[in-house]
Amino acid sequence: MGLLSDPSRRKVLTGLLTRLNTPICIVCYLAGIVWFMGLAFEPFTLRTYMSENAMGSTMVSSGERALSLAKEFDAHKRQAYDGMPVEWLVKAMQSRGLEVFTQSFSRKLPFPDENKERYMVRGTNVYGILRAPRAPRTEALVISAPCSPGDSNNQAVGLLLALAQYFRNQVYWAKDIIFLVNEHDLMGTQAWLEAYHHTNITGMEYSPLQGRAGSIQAALSLELSSDVITSLDLILEGLNGQLPNLDLANLFYAFCQKLGVLCTIQGKLQRNDWDTAEGYTHAAQTMMLMVLKQACGRSWGDHGLFLRYHIEAASVRGINSFRHYKTDAATIGRLLEGMVRKLNNLLERLHQSYFFYLLPSLSRFVSIGCYMLAFGLLVVILLLRALDLWVHLGAPALAAVEGVTEAQQPSGPGVLTVLTPVVISHLTGVALYLLPVHLQEMAVEHFPVSETEAVVLTAVAIYTAGLALPHNTQRLLSGEGTEQGWKVLKLTALLYLAVLLGCTALINFSLGFILAVTLVPITASMTPHMPKALSALVMVLLSPAFTVLYCVFIYQELIEAPVSVSEGWMLFLSVISQGILDHALYGSLVYPLLALFIYPCWLMFWNILFWS
Amino acid sequence: MAAHRCGLSLVFILIFSSLACHSSCDSLENANEDTEEKQSVSDTPREVNSDGSIAAEDLNERRGRSTDAELDRRDGTRTSEALTPAAAARDEFQEELVIRPLHSGDIYASFQFRTLWDTDFLQEGQKVSHYRLFPKSLGQVLSKFSVRELHISFTQGFWRTMQWGQPFIPSPPGAELWVWFHDTVSDVDGNWKELTNVLSGIFCASLNFIDLTNTVQPSASFKPLGLGNATDHRFLRYATLPREIVCTENLTPWKKLLPCGSKAGLAVLLKSEKLFHSSFHSQAVHIRPVCQDEQCTSKAWELRQTLNVVFDLYTAGQGKKEWSLFKMFSRTLTEACPLATSSKVYVDITDNPEGELFELSPATPLLSQAVVLGDRRTYSVFDLTRAETFGQLRSLNLLLRWKGDGGEMLRPLLHAERYVAGFGLQTGEIHTVIYNNHPYRAFPVLLMDSVPWYLQLYIHTLTVTSKSRDNKPSYIHYQPAKDRHRPHLLEMLIQLPPHSMTEVTVQFERALLKWTEYTPDPNHGFYVGSSVVSALVPSMVAMNTNFTQDQPLFSSFVPVKEESSYFVRVYTEPLLVNLPTPDFSMPYNVICLTCTVVAVGYGSFYNLLTRTFQVDEPSLPLAKRLANLIRRIRGVPLLT
Repeated sequence: MGLLSDPSRRKVLTGLLTRLNTPICIVCYLAGIVWFMGLAFEPFTLRTYMSENAMGSTMVSSGERALSLAKEFDAHKRQAYDGMPVEWLVKAMQSRGLEVFTQSFSRKLPFPDENKERYMVRGTNVYGILRAPRAPRTEALVISAPCSPGDSNNQAVGLLLALAQYFRNQVYWAKDIIFLVNEHDLMGTQAWLEAYHHTNITGMEYSPLQGRAGSIQAALSLELSSDVITSLDLILEGLNGQLPNLDLANLFYAFCQKLGVLCTIQGKLQRNDWDTAEGYTHAAQTMMLMVLKQACGRSWGDHGLFLRYHIEAASVRGINSFRHYKTDAATIGRLLEGMVRKLNNLLERLHQSYFFYLLPSLSRFVSIGCYMLAFGLLVVILLLRALDLWVHLGAPALAAVEGVTEAQQPSGPGVLTVLTPVVISHLTGVALYLLPVHLQEMAVEHFPVSETEAVVLTAVAIYTAGLALPHNTQRLLSGEGTEQGWKVLKLTALLYLAVLLGCTALINFSLGFILAVTLVPITASMTPHMPKALSALVMVLLSPAFTVLYCVFIYQELIEAPVSVSEGWMLFLSVISQGILDHALYGSLVYPLLALFIYPCWLMFWNILFWS
Repeated sequence: MAAHRCGLSLVFILIFSSLACHSSCDSLENANEDTEEKQSVSDTPREVNSDGSIAAEDLNERRGRSTDAELDRRDGTRTSEALTPAAAARDEFQEELVIRPLHSGDIYASFQFRTLWDTDFLQEGQKVSHYRLFPKSLGQVLSKFSVRELHISFTQGFWRTMQWGQPFIPSPPGAELWVWFHDTVSDVDGNWKELTNVLSGIFCASLNFIDLTNTVQPSASFKPLGLGNATDHRFLRYATLPREIVCTENLTPWKKLLPCGSKAGLAVLLKSEKLFHSSFHSQAVHIRPVCQDEQCTSKAWELRQTLNVVFDLYTAGQGKKEWSLFKMFSRTLTEACPLATSSKVYVDITDNPEGELFELSPATPLLSQAVVLGDRRTYSVFDLTRAETFGQLRSLNLLLRWKGDGGEMLRPLLHAERYVAGFGLQTGEIHTVIYNNHPYRAFPVLLMDSVPWYLQLYIHTLTVTSKSRDNKPSYIHYQPAKDRHRPHLLEMLIQLPPHSMTEVTVQFERALLKWTEYTPDPNHGFYVGSSVVSALVPSMVAMNTNFTQDQPLFSSFVPVKEESSYFVRVYTEPLLVNLPTPDFSMPYNVICLTCTVVAVGYGSFYNLLTRTFQVDEPSLPLAKRLANLIRRIRGVPLLT
């Protein structure tokens, strides 16, 4: 640091940085984007490998009864008017020698969920515990199958029961195995997990569990949509972008290879032609899908909620799409048996492999050390701009010291000038966070809309109303905004944004990166001296809400279901309502992050644009 | 061991072999004993002050030593009168097997072997070196460490009270050891340490991992089960090793303690490949002083070896609901142990009075009734000392064939379970739930919790609630932990309302261990031993208080003081708790490295941000300064 403590050399360095600031920033931004896109290029990624020694090779052999059980379950489900046939399940599990318990739960949603058509939710979870012989009830594995209305997941329940029967007759279990059939997909899992750990994070009402089996080491969730399964899809993205240990994915991949089952991730098969443009595009699409799914912070399967409790979990979804290839239930049973057996062999929790990774394909991964650089290159722009501003702010002061004894120049704008916009933007953020849910009744009374629409439209209205703030803020200020005033405000805002994005990326890289890609260019370049109308348009188009909108379109494009603008708009609205619901029901943090921090931060820059 | 049939000669061959085995230890131990004797001699003057009977003691001691010597000499030459005839006749050995078909379809087999040793070496301070049926290795341990009572159990698996009911002798998963020392012992901790190490060798177990950090002195939960009414818990030590894995290597030394080994009698059934192919396996050794007769004129040492095993219907029975001795143990019975005074097999047929539940063959006319755990049970008895038991095939292979479903079991009156609540690696909460299933009687229970120091209990958060109301314990004994020295001990007397669920919760914080204190598999988690619930549960039938009356072994382990209640001990499951664990692999080094770099960088940056730097004007040489002085006086501009 001798370089910096020598004032003359420091002057040279800062001079260089301020002079070349804009080119450096542009280079950094482009390098960041290119680096990120390069992550999907196969030669730059690592091959996945099994880190856990305890999961060595195991011989496995399984159930043919799954389909008939599924049909029986289906029949009983119909008898129960599409609800869960609790009694039949209890009997079925008991007859297979499990200790069976039920748990009922109920929850009133903050507003009706129109996607899944539910408001007052009442349900029952049924779970059976297979007690491992000579084990002291300290460790357990969970296999869960959501029981949803319609006949979408009956095969999974049938397979679950067949597995239970097969497992019960084996002698090699060292951990108790819990077979969980949960109603109302994620809500059932949430209620069960909260009861198992005796916590209450989301205000759900549930009955306490009667039987437990120690600390859960790993969980697998099973979703089979039809009788004919052509491929299995692995879903890893959990709540708040948490991912399970990479060894779980490796385990799944290894068994798929062994049994010759087609396996996909993000619904995309693996390709071997990485050196062609199509091969690269395919890998990039797969990775982008993972980034988008992770960024949205919701749980993409039942497994996602387990991750909060430090339980490694993944969902396996059976898909019927590649028509020429069929996998029978017995093969899937063998696959699951193999996975559970290997998890059973674990001496420690899965911890050897990576927890932070991106997957361009099932056999390739990008570790945190590689992808963080892309984000770092973007965030360093904010710091460089902040340094530039700092130097500019310091320069007149230096001049004053050197030269003429002018009458005490205000050493900087008053604290008030900076603080007022910060406080007002954050109050808007709080309003955006609180009001939509709390004002829904009023909105429904005065406007002809449903409750869900009321909530979403209130959110959009508050968001738009925030744009009018700068003019009001100026009126509140006592004096004129000075040149130094906006510079100090911008310096604060830049550092604030850098810290915010940095913290977000540490927890959820994808979210941090996506926000950085859109927010960094406008925030880095914004000054009050730019053409107002044009820059305002650019700012709005790169605001957090529009980022979400673009993500919706890109996601639809990537899953090969492109939508028109109006459909996209409807999807955007439902994404907002889902975000608010996820926050209320499962404690997802993306909506509060956007409403309470990112949006106010963006508003501060909006303020700078309209600084007068 | 070819001489099975002639009992007496066998005794001596056994003794010889054990002597031969232990001769090397003997020499060591003799040395120890010599020093002990010296101590005792030096102690005697002090005792004189109180008793004034130095002469008598001296005489006694000498006589003891001379008889010792005599006995040793006689061992080689003569056979039957090794001890005084009366004493020899009163050493006895009993063996018994109880088979209880459980409602769940599983089957519970409980072995009990009881050796009575008619001697009282601790009281008289005399040295005993003659062992007839009693294993010498244990006898020496008892005398060397002045043990009054010793209970040790090794268990693999968890007793499922809700499916199986109460076991005859309960035990927690892993290893459990509790010892009452004689009140003459001055250095209890030292004795305890040595004793655990010796037992570790005898039973081939990791008992040497018992140290002060997992030893407690319960004040009320563990009372002596034998003679004597010691209440001073300074002489009690209790420790569990929940992680201990029990296997064949622990079974073999346990079998060797039996007079007949595994060569004859019930012990032939103890084949490890079957015993460890079960749902639950527990073996234990209990040593305590007992009365020989009703008036308690003479005392004896009782060694009880118990082995409990539960066979699983599904995995072992291959789905067929049929049990036989051969299927369970891959052996049949052909004879009793020739040294045993009684050798019996009991089959619980209480739930099957007319044979509608299962069919038992061969049928036996012998029935026995016993009051066990507050319930009157009926048993079919097979007396192995009688030739007709074995029938024409000269072998007994009991066969149980299920007819109907097991049906519902009565819920056990007392039941407890435990779990860790919360998530994350900072805090947590231990929940202990105790169920009283008695429809109208309330009864008190003693709850004992021993929690390792690395879970820092917040004792102010302790709550006891029954029926959603606060239930204040009438007695609380809490000994806080000392980091790295001793565990928490929490004992409470709680009144359980009838038909209720009582929940005891206490919060804890997970300590950050030093990096050498982690186990080799830190991500597995750390074990917290079972909590112990001891209670006098109201009995449905009058209990048998006559302790000395001839009754089956399984019903006579815990002395019953009053008719209206019986003693039950319930162990909860052990807990597996994750502590904050560093990543002990390469990234850990990376973290250390980056932390160092950041720390260094931070220092310099802080320096830069908080200080202002100015170019230092070099000070003028002396000549110039002098010149300036003159110039100032002259009023001429100064030099620079």
